[in-house]
Amino acid sequence: MSGPHRLQGISASAGYAEGPLFDLDRTAAHYTARATAADEKAALEAAIDAATARLAALIETADGAAADILEFQIAMLGDDALGRPAFAAIHAGQPADRAWRQALDAEIAGYDASDQDYFRARAADIRDIRDQVLQALTEDGDVLAPAGAILYGDDIAPTRFLETDWSRGGGIALKAGSTASHVAMLARSRGVPMVVGLGASAAKLAGTALLDAEHGGIVLSPSRAEIDAFRQSSSSFAARRDLAGTFLARPAMTRTGTAVRVQVNIADPSDVDGIDIATCDGVGLMRTEFLFGRTLPDEETQYRAYRKVLEWAGEKPVTIRTVDAGGDKPVPGFTVEEGNPFLGLRGIRLSLARPQVFRVQIRALLRAAVHGSLKVMFPMIAIVEEYRQAAAMFAEEQATLAARGIAHEMPPLGIMVEVPSVAIVPEAFTEAAFFSIGSNDLTQYVMAAARDNAAVAHLNSVRHPAVLRLVAAVAAFGQRQGIPVSLCGDAGGDPASIPSLLEAGLRDLSVAPAQLAMAKAAIADVSV
Amino acid sequence: MSASAEASVLITHEVGLHARPSVKFTKLAKTFAADVEIALAANGPWFDAKSIVKVMAAKAPKGTVLHIRASGDGANDAVDALAELVRRDFDEGADHVRTA
Repeated sequence: MSGPHRLQGISASAGYAEGPLFDLDRTAAHYTARATAADEKAALEAAIDAATARLAALIETADGAAADILEFQIAMLGDDALGRPAFAAIHAGQPADRAWRQALDAEIAGYDASDQDYFRARAADIRDIRDQVLQALTEDGDVLAPAGAILYGDDIAPTRFLETDWSRGGGIALKAGSTASHVAMLARSRGVPMVVGLGASAAKLAGTALLDAEHGGIVLSPSRAEIDAFRQSSSSFAARRDLAGTFLARPAMTRTGTAVRVQVNIADPSDVDGIDIATCDGVGLMRTEFLFGRTLPDEETQYRAYRKVLEWAGEKPVTIRTVDAGGDKPVPGFTVEEGNPFLGLRGIRLSLARPQVFRVQIRALLRAAVHGSLKVMFPMIAIVEEYRQAAAMFAEEQATLAARGIAHEMPPLGIMVEVPSVAIVPEAFTEAAFFSIGSNDLTQYVMAAARDNAAVAHLNSVRHPAVLRLVAAVAAFGQRQGIPVSLCGDAGGDPASIPSLLEAGLRDLSVAPAQLAMAKAAIADVSV
Repeated sequence: MSASAEASVLITHEVGLHARPSVKFTKLAKTFAADVEIALAANGPWFDAKSIVKVMAAKAPKGTVLHIRASGDGANDAVDALAELVRRDFDEGADHVRTA
């Protein structure tokens, strides 16, 4: 591979790592079939015992969440029901490795198919159990990653994480993965940098890589200049993180004493399990696309997801964005294939074009509203008629729920400011209860630079004067009209952008949970 | 003496009957001689409460009413103890909430 290669994913645990890539998905060693079914059975039993012993040894040194995961895995391995289909297959003439793999794959498929994120994330734990036993079966000596390596693969097993010595650096870069996985949770608590959702890359990946898990990216085959810049960001991050720890528990305030609200962005209800509500001012953006991952979610599933977050937040506000599918977030059976998806049927445009799907979400939101301080916002609003149409649908569904005697409440309805037409003429949108600036999309539309295209990444800066002028105009307009204005894009949590955003007049930012402390620390450095 | 008992209890745990509560639940179930089963609906399907594989496969989320039934020696005690464990939120309370 020639020249640097950059992949973008999602940060699951902030931090920086520079080191050799270690491929997690190397094919397993070959299994030698035994002579008889009885021998196959004995081989599998021995492998299960060996894997159990290995986990039991790990549990000795594990604590808290890690010990819980291991105890769960040991309990699964100790349950005859897990291996029963495998032993039945061996009895029918299958070799032990294939029998075990098939039995466990069927179990894994059950978890993968769950509509609940928590149970879906358990698939990785079962895969881990599967591979532990396969490894014991094939007597494959442990191939440990070199110290400081960046573990790269589809997904990573919890035991692999626990066996790795992180004291000498290193990180995790996953093509798939989830920020809700056990490993993501462990990585955050141990401060191991981790990025998920990098996608499949056609390129053969090897050599040194730079993992920027603060912004969710990785650079492969970096140039000298990139390495230098990376090391600067890395040491600045370390310094900021040490300092930031002291800011987390305090309300955000600038050097000159101006209060700034700092809320969090979440993508999944389970994200809040790791956040102390006392450290933030609420949820500035709850994405709802996660609900639309595989199938269109029913009203009850959505209601439960929204309610969980509202109850967690208590009296603090939770701003939920109606589904923002389309663009770079296709949903089978919902979005349409388009030549230019960022400029096509996405966000509110898609919701209005699929009223049956949208109304389910509206009802779930109206019902959940009684459980806390809910605000709802619409993504990709370009003209006021879209807002009016969506608000009218809320009123209709409210009347339906009232007629059926179902508990509900009408939340304040606001809009995302991310299409330039709104940022340029905010006075057309005074009906909206609040504005939330989506800086990622606003920037890409103002600069005409797709945010998923590394070739134009240099254009994609929220700090370009054209973008900042629009942000300042919207903030000033909101202040004059008494319309609350916040910002929920990545820039809100970027210490380098925070001074410009506060200078533009914003006093309400919503950031990724992992950036909360650093954002507060950056705010304390600004004099406005 | 042979007996049978049944109870239903609401799961209030934040993510439902998941990994850690399932370990506790099945461990407790195995301390009883009686056959114990759980279901998410009164008419089944019923899962072996002593098998963590089966209990996890039930995928009971928060807000589910869990049905527990037992038959054989100590059936009453088994059902009472297991229902009580669910009611106590698996003895986890707020300590399962991690800080950022």
